[in-house]
Amino acid sequence: MSPRRTDTGGRIDRLKTIRFTFDGVAFTGHAGDTLASALLANGVTLFGRSFKYHRPRGLLTAGVEEPNALVTVLKGEVREPNIPATMVEIHDGLVAISQNRFPSLAWDIHAVNQLGGKILSAGFYYKTFMGPVIGPLKGTRFWMFCEHFIRRAAGLGSAGSAKDPARYERMNAFCDVLVVGSGPAGLMAAKAAADQGARVMLADLEPRFGGSTNWSDETIDGAPAADWARRTVTQLEGRDNVRLLPRTTVWGYYDNNTLAALERVSDHKEQPAKGEPRHRYWAIRARSVVLATGAFERPLVFPGNDRPGVMLAHAAERYANEFGVLPGERIALFTNNDSAYRAAVALKKAGAAIVAIADVRSELSPEMRKLATEAEAEIFAGHAVVATEGGKALSGVKVQRFDMVTGALTGDERSIHADCLLMSGGWSPTIHLASQAGAKAQWDAARQAFLPPKPTQHGPTQQWIGAGAFTGSFSTAEAIAEGRAAGLAAAGGTSTPAALPTVEAVHGDPDPAPVFEIRAKGKSFVDFQHDVTAEDVRLAHREGFVSVEHLKRYTTLGMATDQGKSSNVPGLAIMAEALGKPIPEVGTTRFRPPFAPVSIGSLAAERFGDLKPERLTPMHDWHLANGATMYSAGLWYRPMIYGLSGETIEQAYVREAKATRESAGIVDVSTLGKIAVQGPDAAAFLDRVYTNMFSTLAVGKARYGLMLREDGFAFDDGTTWRLGEQDFLMTTTTANAGKVMQHLEYFLDVIWPDLKVHVTSVTDEWAGAAIGGPKARQILAACVIGTAVDNATLPFMGIVHGQIAGVPVMICRLSFSGEMAFEVYSGAGHGTHVWEALIEAGKPFGLVTYGLEALGTMRIEKGHVTGAEIDGRTTARDLHLDWMLSKKKPFIGSAMMDREGLIASDRLELVGLIALDNRPLSGGAHIVEALDEANPHGSIGHITACCYSPALGKHIALALVQGGKARHGTRAHVSDPLRNRFGPVEIVSNHFYDPEGTRMHG
Amino acid sequence: MLITCPYCGPRDVIEFTYQGDGNRERPDPASQNFEAWNAYVYDRLNPAGDHNEIWQHSGGCRTHLRVVRNTLTHEISSVAFVRGDHASTARRKAEDKA
Repeated sequence: MSPRRTDTGGRIDRLKTIRFTFDGVAFTGHAGDTLASALLANGVTLFGRSFKYHRPRGLLTAGVEEPNALVTVLKGEVREPNIPATMVEIHDGLVAISQNRFPSLAWDIHAVNQLGGKILSAGFYYKTFMGPVIGPLKGTRFWMFCEHFIRRAAGLGSAGSAKDPARYERMNAFCDVLVVGSGPAGLMAAKAAADQGARVMLADLEPRFGGSTNWSDETIDGAPAADWARRTVTQLEGRDNVRLLPRTTVWGYYDNNTLAALERVSDHKEQPAKGEPRHRYWAIRARSVVLATGAFERPLVFPGNDRPGVMLAHAAERYANEFGVLPGERIALFTNNDSAYRAAVALKKAGAAIVAIADVRSELSPEMRKLATEAEAEIFAGHAVVATEGGKALSGVKVQRFDMVTGALTGDERSIHADCLLMSGGWSPTIHLASQAGAKAQWDAARQAFLPPKPTQHGPTQQWIGAGAFTGSFSTAEAIAEGRAAGLAAAGGTSTPAALPTVEAVHGDPDPAPVFEIRAKGKSFVDFQHDVTAEDVRLAHREGFVSVEHLKRYTTLGMATDQGKSSNVPGLAIMAEALGKPIPEVGTTRFRPPFAPVSIGSLAAERFGDLKPERLTPMHDWHLANGATMYSAGLWYRPMIYGLSGETIEQAYVREAKATRESAGIVDVSTLGKIAVQGPDAAAFLDRVYTNMFSTLAVGKARYGLMLREDGFAFDDGTTWRLGEQDFLMTTTTANAGKVMQHLEYFLDVIWPDLKVHVTSVTDEWAGAAIGGPKARQILAACVIGTAVDNATLPFMGIVHGQIAGVPVMICRLSFSGEMAFEVYSGAGHGTHVWEALIEAGKPFGLVTYGLEALGTMRIEKGHVTGAEIDGRTTARDLHLDWMLSKKKPFIGSAMMDREGLIASDRLELVGLIALDNRPLSGGAHIVEALDEANPHGSIGHITACCYSPALGKHIALALVQGGKARHGTRAHVSDPLRNRFGPVEIVSNHFYDPEGTRMHG
Repeated sequence: MLITCPYCGPRDVIEFTYQGDGNRERPDPASQNFEAWNAYVYDRLNPAGDHNEIWQHSGGCRTHLRVVRNTLTHEISSVAFVRGDHASTARRKAEDKA
């Protein structure tokens, strides 16, 4: 038996021994222990070093709000830092280590920081690391230099870099009533709602349901409270309309009663069961929510209140009653309220000596005096603890007479020998979730706490009902009554007259004395985790940080991983006093999610790795089987080149482009966006959408069209085919297919609901193959039946219907490559069949397949624009497409396209570039008039696309350059310091190759 | 946030695409009133309170909805089809189905 484990009592399983290590030392504990309780039972009181001063720290609490005892848990290669030891359930093989200490927890080199305490005050880093105004470490460089050392010295645990092999899971859940917290209020609420037939979920962040019943000495319905709780839980377990979620932290409260919760499914096991995830993320949509989240006890602020051995009164009560562990053998208490007296009795019963109870109040109730007598404690009424003694463990406390009204300390200090000091500064309801839901907390002067607003003041998209200590009703009897009422109301039921369970408990005054701080010499901590002292808060005030929001950011009060669960209210109270204002006027900050740290893995759950869906054209498998190197274009995969063995990418595309211009080439264009625009007003609609006319287009003909956005900038281009009087097939660029569809739908639905037009995305319905080159027509003639393909039947921009290899096809004669070219469309399911037939027919003519690289090369040679040029910043005029701007009709963007800034002469315009040094150009390179490699500046534009042109035998590029056409024939330079590419270029027209289009019309 | 699409029922906001301020009046297409066009394209109300917005149910029926949403509380007080006559058609269809 360990020296601090009690002989009996506690909700641990003493028959089960569990072995674990902490900082490499082997320890044992029992099933039901947390790491905190097991170590405490082994006599460990030093758990960590503080954030800034590296002061030794022990356990302050027994729960989720623990600021001091943060540990790193190691699982194989994976390390998880900053977990409160109070939240780690021990299991065989658990390996935990302490944090922020070097070389060891007991002997820490940075503890020297304590000596510099006066210097390391609030804003220390801001003030010290401003840096000199000149020199090598000027400005923020000095901070960047020092940061490395500071980061080593200050901070919490370090994260690992090993890949986390654990599995995480995400669940969506729906329920009528979600009850958060399973103390007496939560259990009653869940039971009441379940009795009404509601679908209920009950979540508690602890492994054991029951909340305070697990450690109070009270009785409910004549039985120990814990037994009543267990009975109630058993009843709930048996119902199929109730789901119980232990170890589940509800951490976020969002719109429309959507709540986020983290269930720690298997952290407490040596190995997860088969199929079990480590954590489960719950997205819960609840019709209504009962918040029964209880309250956090507050520390008192006095010198030395952070010494290991000083802890919250109820935490000690928990360790004794729930875990069978005594936090000390000679225990002193320091309180401003009645609740701590209960702890004194509990610890006395568990076997500790209660040496003193210091109470800031001079008048004590007979009930409390009776409890103190029961605990055999000496009472120091009207006294305060002014110092603690000891090194890494408490050895004694000093008390002095204290005037609650003036805060004055008088008389002699008296030393009391004690190895544990319990403090209680009153209770703060855990209103975090309500605050997240938009509720404004209200200061209650009697309770000295921020309470949630009454139910009528809830946000309109969050419906919750509070119960128990959450509402400031701290007694179990009140919690039970409120819990049942809340459960009934949440389930939409009406109150039943059945008797409530009866509670036997010592009556105490729920209102504490309004005392938060004892001002005496020494460091008094407000925020234990971020090492913020009362003096830091006052310093911030003296330096002008009067808003609570500024105070928080300047001192970092409440910004550590515990989010100030125990420090917020004392911090505000001290700030209010410094300001000379009452606390409600200082106000409080709003709580934000998460309530407690959440594993990133649980947020991602199954969604990690490559999540991008793949879009494949009908001919995808053919491309792979025939040597294509695929390239991802948005979600699509397209052939980049069909390389022969030993070919480089450049050799391949040059060969493909050359062969196309010499004989013929074929490319998969199935990815182009295709939208069926149909209806009596389809032509009129297209006239409004495109800058040019479509109503004049004859059936069986296609036309190239340009769309602008409402603001007058170019949006998208493509050809649209008139298949019938009221039937158009619009094509868009691959990248903009979705955007164009949404654009059309918006105008039809919102702006012109009177137009009778229907738009349908048919991108995936059609397979498309573009075949171009001097021999293209001969190839088609060899395989198309049912129609002629000669110039008279199929002129430029004409459309014919026929068959290839028994499959109906639609052929439009249009060209992107600049060659005589045809786009052959067939049903997607026939795509590969038609494609193979075309390849077969092309064999005698030297037909090659070509990919995106050759496609891009030929379009650059022709000076056609794509998304690289229609980049959202260019206008039709910038791209020399002003010939497409109809003057006969308004269209989308027509009113805005002539704005001053959009017709200015210094705009970037499309030009062509030829590299005069005959070296490859680089995309994105800047164009400058005069080259200055050492100090690149003076950009007059940039390259949008570049390639080696087999047709010209030169390295060429398209570029957007100021002045545009006016610069044709002049010289400039490319300047690309990132890729070290500098050199002379000639600015020319963007139409490099066959500007008259004789090949295409041929 | 939930938006109750008149056609599809209450759906999570991730199914919807915000399509902007619903108070904008598009000038007559032939109008050369530059001020009016500028206001239409660029001016947006940014009220702290109820806001008239257009949302497309892009992950559902793809209709555009006129949604009155409180920008402070996210409360949605009304949802209707932007295309008024469409609404009655859709309702009729839904009733026919049922």
